[in-house]
Amino acid sequence: MLTSESRARIDREIAKYPADQKQSAVMAALAIAQEEHGWLPSEAIEAVANYLGMAPIAAFEVASFYNMYDLKPVGKYKVSVCTNLPCMLSGGVDAGEYLKKKLGIGYNETTPDGLITLREGECMGACGDAPVMIVNNRRMCSWMNPEQIDKLLAELK
Amino acid sequence: MAILGALNPMLSVGLDGDNAWRLADYVKRGGYAALRRILEEKMSQGDVINEVKKSVLRGRGGAGFPTGLKWSFMPRSFPGDKYVVCNSDEGEPGTFKDRDILRYNPHSVIEGMAIAAYAMGAARGYNYIHGEVWEIYERFEEALAEARRAGFLGSNLLGSGFDFDLFAHHGYGAYICGEETALLESIEGKKGQPRFKPPFPASFGLYGKPTTINNTETFASIPYIMNLGGETYLEAGKANNGGTKLFSVSGHVNRPGNYEIPLGTPFATLLEMAGGMRGGRRLKACIPGGSSAPVVPAGPMLDCTMDYDSISKVGSMLGSGAVIVMDETTCMVKALERLSYFYYEESCGQCTPCREGTSWLYKVVHRIEHGKGRSDDLDLLASVTTNIMGRTICALGDAASMPVQSFIKHFHDEFAYHIEHRKCLVPVDVQRAGSGFFTATV
Amino acid sequence: MMEIEIDGKVARVPDGSTIMDAAHQVGVYIPHFCYHKKLSIAANCRMCLVQVEKAPKPLPACATPVTNGMKVFTHSELAVKAQKGVMEFLLINHPLDCPICDQGGECQLQDLAVGYGGSASRFGEDKRVVFHKDVGPLISMQEMARCIHCTRCVRFGQEIAGVMELGMASRNMHSEITTFVGRSVDSELSGNMIDLCPVGALTSKPFRYSARSWELSRRKSISPHDSIGANLTIQVKNNVVMRVLPRDNEEINECWISDKERFSYEALNSPARLTRPLVRVDGVLREVDWNVALDYVAHALKDIVANSGAESLAALASPQATLEELYLLQKLVRGLGSGNVDCRPRRRDFSADGKLAGTPWLGLRLSEIKDLDAALVVGSFLRKDHPLFAQRLRQLAKKWGKVSLLSVSADDPLIRLHAQLSVAPSELPLALAAVVKAAAQIKGEAPPAGLDAVTPCATSEAIAHSLLEGNRRAIFLGNAAEQNPHAALLHALAIELARLTGATCGFIGEAANSVGGHLAKALPSALNAREMFAQPRQAYLLHGVEADRDCHHPQQAVAALKAAALVVMLTPFADGAARDYADVLLPVAPFTETSGSFVNTEGRLQSFTGVVRPLGDSRPAWKVLRVLGNLLGLPGFDQNTSEDVRDEIIPAGQEFAGGLSNALKNSLPLTLPAAADGLQRVADVPIYFADPLARRAPALQKTRDAAAPTVRMRAQTLQSLGVTDGAAVRVRQENGEVVLTARADETVPAACVRVAAGHASTAALGDMFGVINVERA
Repeated sequence: MLTSESRARIDREIAKYPADQKQSAVMAALAIAQEEHGWLPSEAIEAVANYLGMAPIAAFEVASFYNMYDLKPVGKYKVSVCTNLPCMLSGGVDAGEYLKKKLGIGYNETTPDGLITLREGECMGACGDAPVMIVNNRRMCSWMNPEQIDKLLAELK
Repeated sequence: MAILGALNPMLSVGLDGDNAWRLADYVKRGGYAALRRILEEKMSQGDVINEVKKSVLRGRGGAGFPTGLKWSFMPRSFPGDKYVVCNSDEGEPGTFKDRDILRYNPHSVIEGMAIAAYAMGAARGYNYIHGEVWEIYERFEEALAEARRAGFLGSNLLGSGFDFDLFAHHGYGAYICGEETALLESIEGKKGQPRFKPPFPASFGLYGKPTTINNTETFASIPYIMNLGGETYLEAGKANNGGTKLFSVSGHVNRPGNYEIPLGTPFATLLEMAGGMRGGRRLKACIPGGSSAPVVPAGPMLDCTMDYDSISKVGSMLGSGAVIVMDETTCMVKALERLSYFYYEESCGQCTPCREGTSWLYKVVHRIEHGKGRSDDLDLLASVTTNIMGRTICALGDAASMPVQSFIKHFHDEFAYHIEHRKCLVPVDVQRAGSGFFTATV
Repeated sequence: MMEIEIDGKVARVPDGSTIMDAAHQVGVYIPHFCYHKKLSIAANCRMCLVQVEKAPKPLPACATPVTNGMKVFTHSELAVKAQKGVMEFLLINHPLDCPICDQGGECQLQDLAVGYGGSASRFGEDKRVVFHKDVGPLISMQEMARCIHCTRCVRFGQEIAGVMELGMASRNMHSEITTFVGRSVDSELSGNMIDLCPVGALTSKPFRYSARSWELSRRKSISPHDSIGANLTIQVKNNVVMRVLPRDNEEINECWISDKERFSYEALNSPARLTRPLVRVDGVLREVDWNVALDYVAHALKDIVANSGAESLAALASPQATLEELYLLQKLVRGLGSGNVDCRPRRRDFSADGKLAGTPWLGLRLSEIKDLDAALVVGSFLRKDHPLFAQRLRQLAKKWGKVSLLSVSADDPLIRLHAQLSVAPSELPLALAAVVKAAAQIKGEAPPAGLDAVTPCATSEAIAHSLLEGNRRAIFLGNAAEQNPHAALLHALAIELARLTGATCGFIGEAANSVGGHLAKALPSALNAREMFAQPRQAYLLHGVEADRDCHHPQQAVAALKAAALVVMLTPFADGAARDYADVLLPVAPFTETSGSFVNTEGRLQSFTGVVRPLGDSRPAWKVLRVLGNLLGLPGFDQNTSEDVRDEIIPAGQEFAGGLSNALKNSLPLTLPAAADGLQRVADVPIYFADPLARRAPALQKTRDAAAPTVRMRAQTLQSLGVTDGAAVRVRQENGEVVLTARADETVPAACVRVAAGHASTAALGDMFGVINVERA
């Protein structure tokens, strides 16, 4: 369930911590496993747990606690829109509504072609750039007015 | 976005240009001089801590605890490992300063942490970076590699015999990890559930070892304090409120962004720096210290200066310096509903009053917002917040309660109107206009 | 020491105590859910909030350290307001299903809600819905909406059971207790989580909906299973055992029992119970009256003794029989003139018999384990043989103790081990000898004679070092050492190691009355448990032994029994292989239906009374043996009570048996066995096959630990046999063979094949640690 490339990346994370604290790498390892699979199937969580020598349920606790892990399959692109108060004041909620209309789906839904999953996110720590969105947990998109959103959607193919 | 404006800048000096973050540029700005001097002069650990104490630097993460004092809690003669940890898990709604510090001035944090490690005898450090700002995490990893190559990290720093290495740990979506003991649990590879204190991290921290945790901005300020001297730094701010501070201004202003100002600067000046109110509308309210701080109505806010003590006098907190500005298009019920949802969603679920209470608060506010409020709901909210506050393991319970209490206290009529008339006092189209998303309708 | 005042009462407590500790001391009750004396402090339920003078906020009593002069108020307005506030939060999402909840009547939430709950709810929203989970046959997690998130069950797994099987997934109000994606909870201590759960979230699957707690009478008893002698509370309704719970005894089982002890009671109510005597007439077992059966047995025994000599009679008892039963059995056999009596059916090597200086025992008290600096366990499937003993070692290893394991498989004991070495059974003496030699070398002494060829490895040196450091150290010989073909040599080596290191040396002991068997003299003065079958006798008396499951060499035992003229079995059960070889089946009472005593591994005498009347016509075995003694006209069978019998063995009033010693009267030569050829069998006795009760407990038989035996060996061994993982293989020992599934398992030592004993599917096989042949089926 983990490619040798993923394992090599996890090894680099393990090296950050004291030798008897491999479990510290679990967050990074789960993120790496999620990158590999697109989401986190339970087999991948177990593989990570075994690799780090921890109980599978302990890894599952982590995977289910932090909300950037996807325990169910998502579209090719997961777009998370921040609707928290500072973003809301500058159009975060409107941006979410705009996306819903454009994509014809609601939050936590995926377009029928499996391309985009829409999520309502919590504060991303970039309130000055509102409205803010994150694509696939990695790419932050700032000042997402309707034109910017249209541009983004055109790009996500 | 860069740091948009500054009065008497320190942290934000020279931070223009895309590559200003690199080691060479930082060194050009005088970076790592403080660390080099400390190591070369073999300054005593006590002297370093004293300098920080003199500066009256107060923790920039929200609690405002004096940094020098915190450092002095670390056991000097502890035989085993000790850790310094930087809290860059910036997720308090309204706060986005650490992201800019790490983006434009990451080496100031590295240098500050190295100095802290020296002062407290730690050989290892971690910087816990908010998972949502992934590019920042990657940049920090790059900055660490630069520092290691240049001998500012690793073993035998600059030939001094002092060892310190620093690593980046990313979060993955949990606000609670900004709480320092939840953050430690998270580094240990567990759910981010805060620990009961005592014991405090200074005696039982990361992996059970003595640990000091400071905010990104706090660490970033250390090199400036060591260079300027604690007293000069203090004078940059005001008594008991040393130095300059970054304020994150968001919401209904023309130029949302970070502004570095000396503590004690009038709010009106900050508002002006941020381009004034969007669309020239009137200020309705402001949350001056991040979403957990009580809301302050326009009147007292406009008379206030931006420092720990003044904000406290108007019944709120400076917190992390996140200034959320709301104009007259804001429905205070809807604003509170969104904040209550946030605290409900982000409660770690560990202790009863927070786990159960935050969801209860949200459900009641949600009901009011959606025209299903009941006449006794405001009393119920007041009672539930009282039952949460001061009874939880960490401060999230308080953080969820204070907005509810302050919103209802200051905008009671608006809530009562909502319950009675089953709709907003502020018409929906006015609210929509306020966001500026559909510019055509503004 | 610090002085603290709680509700006006003064307590003096050691530094580091919490308010909760101090409150216990002065008898002040502070309401709580998540706090448990044996678990780490979570401080998450917040029910124990109290007022502390000068503190602005109420503080959790469970987690707040006491400071000198502290004044605490547990019932002040501030405290009670906080407690009531927490109670309201606990109840808003808790279902109002007490009338149909299995925990009703023994629910901490229900009890405290009476004192701290409101009479009406202010919560007008929908309650939380939590999906049920299936976690196996023992624990029901059918109504998880009742969970109050105290995490006691999670902490129990992590801290006591040593394996985290339950966790609290997700966050906020959606947090829920669960296993990893649909897995079962497999720990052999799992049932304790049911006791720990303060509400009706985790309930006992076998007990569910069968009785209300207030309908049950609670009676004291002692566990008849392993040698720890766990104290039990047995709950009874209408003369039926409904439930078994631990009874706190800090010196023995603390507040825990194993799942075997908790759930074996189902066998007591099994349809397989024998309720009337059976006698074989014309090849068919027929129900008869007691007087007929006893007359038959008495006459048959007399005839055989008269015609073939007393030595043609042998008796074998289970080490789970009571002290009184074992005593009367040996007295009866000896009264008839035979010395062929034993209570060690799983033993192979008897060469230490007659050389023991006293009654072998643990060598120290169970409660002393926590103070050890180091411990070495030799030959044990630790967790499955002795779940609570293993638990004590687990706690020791977590604190400071260096625990090492030298055994015949690399099973994970879930103990943070200092060192572990797994070798073939025939090499166990060599491995222990290496530790002996290493200890001698470290001390600079000449190694004992016979160990010249032994070369200690790094692991044996590490073990020797651990046994030489600190004040208190112990060596424990487990079941697999006692059942080993070189048991006496292992015993002698352990004594030598103890002498060199200053450690104590002892036996964990296989069963509830292994020590008692010695005290009752249920040991051979002629043929032992093996010889009595190797040299077949004409008549056998079996008490509580199921030869096909309980003997070291079941093939040989069953053959001898089938060939015998008379086999009399005292047993509570009518089913099983006994029907093929027994001529008389006498229904005797299991431990719940008779009075009696067990002497546990630390030599502690624990007497108990029956908790229910004997089922049907079954009778306490001690009475049956006494009457039989009378019918045979033997002297000394005139006791009126089981206490009378007991007092003949151990003087009245004695808490611990005297004469305990693990020394050997004359030293045995330390001659190491030659290397064995071919494949060796490694036979564990799986936890739920180990005794007649566990074998017949339906819920236990559905657990993972009760899975049918497979033939396990290293992948390399499989390959050398040309067998693939999962293939059927023919396994042969001497004249017996069985076909089972082969499995790759790297925990098995090289050149060994692990095939469990104690199971019908392997009863045709021979020695537990003998030569074994495996080929493709």
